[in-house]
Amino acid sequence: MTIIDNPKQPTEPDTPFGDEKISKTGDKVFFGLSFGAATLILVTLGAVALFLVKEGLPVFTASDKSDLERGGDSFFGYVGPLVLGTVYIAMIALLIATPIAVAVAVYISHYAPKRLSQTLGYFIDLLAAIPSVVFGIWGITVLAPILSRTLYPWLDDYASWLPFFGSDVNVSTSGRTTLTVGIVLAVMVLPIITAISREVFLQTPRLHEEASLALGATRWEMIRQAVLPYGRSGVISGAMLGLGRALGETMAVAMILSPADGYFWNIITNSNSNTIAANIALQFPESSGLEVNRLIATGLVLFIITFGVNALARRVADTGFTGADG
Amino acid sequence: MIVTILAYIIGTYVVSRIVESKRHATDRLATAVMTSSFAVVLLPLVSVVWTVVERGSNRFDWTFYSETMRGVVGEGGGAYHAIIGTLIITALAATFSVPFGLFTAIYLVEYGGKTRFSKRVTGLVDVMTGIPSIVAGLFAYALFVLVDGPGHRSGLAGAVALTLLMTPVVVRASEEMLRLVPNELREASYALGVAKWRTIAKIVLPTAIAGILTGIVLSIARVIGETAPLLITVGIAQGVNYNPFSGRMATLPVFTYNSYAFPTLPRDASLDRAWASALTLVIIVAVLFTGARILSSILKPKGLK
Amino acid sequence: MNSPKRRLVAGAFALTLVAAACGGDSDGGSTEPAGDSTEAASSEPAAGGGVSGTLVGAGSSAQAAGMQGWQAGFQSLNTDATIEYDAIGSGGGRELFLSGGSDFAGSDAALKDEEFEASKERCVGDQGAINLPHYISPIAIPYNLPSVDATLNLTPEVVAGIFANTITNWNDPAIAVTNDGVELPDLNINPVHRSDESGTSENFTDYMSQSAPAVWTFGEIEIWDDGPGGGEGAQGTSGVVAAVEAGEGSIGYADASQIGSLPAAAVGVGDGFVEFSPEAAGRVVDASERNTGRNEFDFAIEVNRTPDSADVYPIALVSYHIVCLEYPDQATVDLIKAFMTYVGSEQGQADSAAAAGSAPISAEVRADMLKSIDAISVGA
Repeated sequence: MTIIDNPKQPTEPDTPFGDEKISKTGDKVFFGLSFGAATLILVTLGAVALFLVKEGLPVFTASDKSDLERGGDSFFGYVGPLVLGTVYIAMIALLIATPIAVAVAVYISHYAPKRLSQTLGYFIDLLAAIPSVVFGIWGITVLAPILSRTLYPWLDDYASWLPFFGSDVNVSTSGRTTLTVGIVLAVMVLPIITAISREVFLQTPRLHEEASLALGATRWEMIRQAVLPYGRSGVISGAMLGLGRALGETMAVAMILSPADGYFWNIITNSNSNTIAANIALQFPESSGLEVNRLIATGLVLFIITFGVNALARRVADTGFTGADG
Repeated sequence: MIVTILAYIIGTYVVSRIVESKRHATDRLATAVMTSSFAVVLLPLVSVVWTVVERGSNRFDWTFYSETMRGVVGEGGGAYHAIIGTLIITALAATFSVPFGLFTAIYLVEYGGKTRFSKRVTGLVDVMTGIPSIVAGLFAYALFVLVDGPGHRSGLAGAVALTLLMTPVVVRASEEMLRLVPNELREASYALGVAKWRTIAKIVLPTAIAGILTGIVLSIARVIGETAPLLITVGIAQGVNYNPFSGRMATLPVFTYNSYAFPTLPRDASLDRAWASALTLVIIVAVLFTGARILSSILKPKGLK
Repeated sequence: MNSPKRRLVAGAFALTLVAAACGGDSDGGSTEPAGDSTEAASSEPAAGGGVSGTLVGAGSSAQAAGMQGWQAGFQSLNTDATIEYDAIGSGGGRELFLSGGSDFAGSDAALKDEEFEASKERCVGDQGAINLPHYISPIAIPYNLPSVDATLNLTPEVVAGIFANTITNWNDPAIAVTNDGVELPDLNINPVHRSDESGTSENFTDYMSQSAPAVWTFGEIEIWDDGPGGGEGAQGTSGVVAAVEAGEGSIGYADASQIGSLPAAAVGVGDGFVEFSPEAAGRVVDASERNTGRNEFDFAIEVNRTPDSADVYPIALVSYHIVCLEYPDQATVDLIKAFMTYVGSEQGQADSAAAAGSAPISAEVRADMLKSIDAISVGA
């Protein structure tokens, strides 16, 4: 991402620590506050990481592992299926949600009448506030039965040549599958991605839009040439926030998914790889001793996954067109 | 329904392609896709909202908002204690994380530039976004146990856990909005000899304020329904506790979860309370949201309205 | 509604109690829980109506609903007393209790030997803690077979076979043998289990492991995937019930009070079959042996899943309250004695039955446990 270049003028040296030249106390205080806040982020995360490592480490160092039944000695044998489940479900959710969210954001920002678009935007933002427990209950009582009666038998009949709909196992009768959870998570992250994208699309400089239209572009061409490139980093940022929520989502997954131990690619059966967060929530309350350490260690793994995904997204966003150039 | 939508989209394209030109056909196609995707999205979302409102309305009565669960089993009872708890804890968390997050974003955009430190902070904010909520709860619990001994439960511990979850969202959203402020505005201000901090406070922040407020409310929305960390750090109580520094407090999410997961008999009475409390959460956020909207339109500089 | 001021006092007092229970190793304010404790000390614990202060418990989530009944019942008898309970899970509850973070623990399993040793450190004196089986919750086996009207009779071997994935169709001859005249459909069996670690799974697998050891070879497990795997997983009792309701051919195990309109199987005991009823489940404690060897007041039992007589329903979750025999101050002793006496009383058992559909403990067991509760005292 292009960082705002410091304005080229004598009072603004390029180094971030060189502000003493401006001898205003206000500047010092302001800089101190913001620098302090940034440093505090470092400290906080250091503390959290320290805690995770300290509490997770015994899984690798303990000599007596009799507490651990499933997976036994091998931590990676235990966490492997969870990693698959976490990434798999989050990816499904994001694949479904992102295009739709961008379309909705464009619709709200550039198609809908102004009065309507404000109401719609408000409504969408509000949806981000519905607690995940509610999405969980909704997923079980409303969505899963519908999907298990309509979509899944159809997929089983006509799409079983695809590996993730393979027909070797029975299709779930209650619909508590990877795909259902993916769809529920998509619904959950949609408002987040939409809210951020819409806000960015609305910021597109009018000049760009008008220039494009003046050159005879249709509305869609204007959006493709001016709005989408301008909002690209915002969309990615929103998608990342959404991904963060999808990767870490706990209650909805725990309530809906029918998990099993192992690697499962088929997304419409009763046997699904669980996610790390849901597994923690399901096992933590009744765990003790080394089991707790192991769950915390899986939390650390989730941490690392999110970090990796985010780093990747930053890189993608960095290559793009950003607003500050405008 | 999906078939109808597909037919509509393809139909529009084909007709326009024949009657008008390829470019117009694409344009109409795009319009059709946008509009229908909006309709598709509305379906599940409306379904969720409808479920919450419909089932929550069973107990949407005055008793629910004026009474607690102390001494109540079976029907009746309310969530007054849980509403108070949620408001106190969320307000505390916002008090911690809004300045924390906002100033971090200001540092990253206005001061940090491309320094290694600022890049590292950006990376760490990303990592922070990925903290599983239950881990945040565990961390806060462990922190307070260090100070107070095992079994610590307080609203403050819950607020600390929520702060951990809320701050990165505030940073991310504010950072994005600050970056969108055109550089011309800053340059113009500097050219007039305005000090940097005044430029940030008077020009940059007001320009971005609507987006930042949206981000803050979104971040509140993100944490106000968190269950797992509050379960560990704050616990649950039957009565009101106004003091976030000691003792268990009831909160709406934990109350919802408890009423749903461990229903007392008759089961429907418990489930009704769970739904009503979920509805209450949504209403609280709606109020916050409206407030933020009004505030942002007041704060926005005149020229940008 | 509760007055805020009183609640504050109660909160502050809770903290002092906790601090006091830590055995004085924390320096914050543990010196004088003065005012409240004298008030509490003057009351008659068993009578009810007099004690005040806050008692903190944590643990078993299976007890959570029953505890709400007890809280309501006890707090209306003792308006100045508050019982706080966090359903953090049995393991967490025992850990918190042993570290001094709570006054009592709710747990689906009795203290393990090493935990009992640790309890001698945590409690005052050297007698350690005792287990009181106060909460018995019958576990039913609900199934979803709309075409079958009669109640299915299932032997332990059949139940174990179904959940171990060796019996996979409803028309299996093993099921038909004990269900004369029932038209069993040709339908896949979808066994539903708990996806979360739970005491219900532990008690249910313990039942299968004791009554059909040849078929259920996985022992007593809390996490399903430690055993046979397969089937469908669902979170919590509500999740299992919802999953069974959703899929025809499904069968599960869940707290009997929560299965709604689903039919539940009768299970084979001795030569006959018994349907669950609270009374039949309540007798399971009488039919079980007390673990001896710790101290005379301890009430940990090894639940007997293979009783001789068919008036005992052997699939029940037995959940304990774990308390110290000696506490450092009179206030806590009075509160804990009053609360535990109430919980074990007919009224207390009726309150939890009304809130959670639990099974009552029998009069004999109650009389025995009262002796243990009476033995709780102030130690130095």
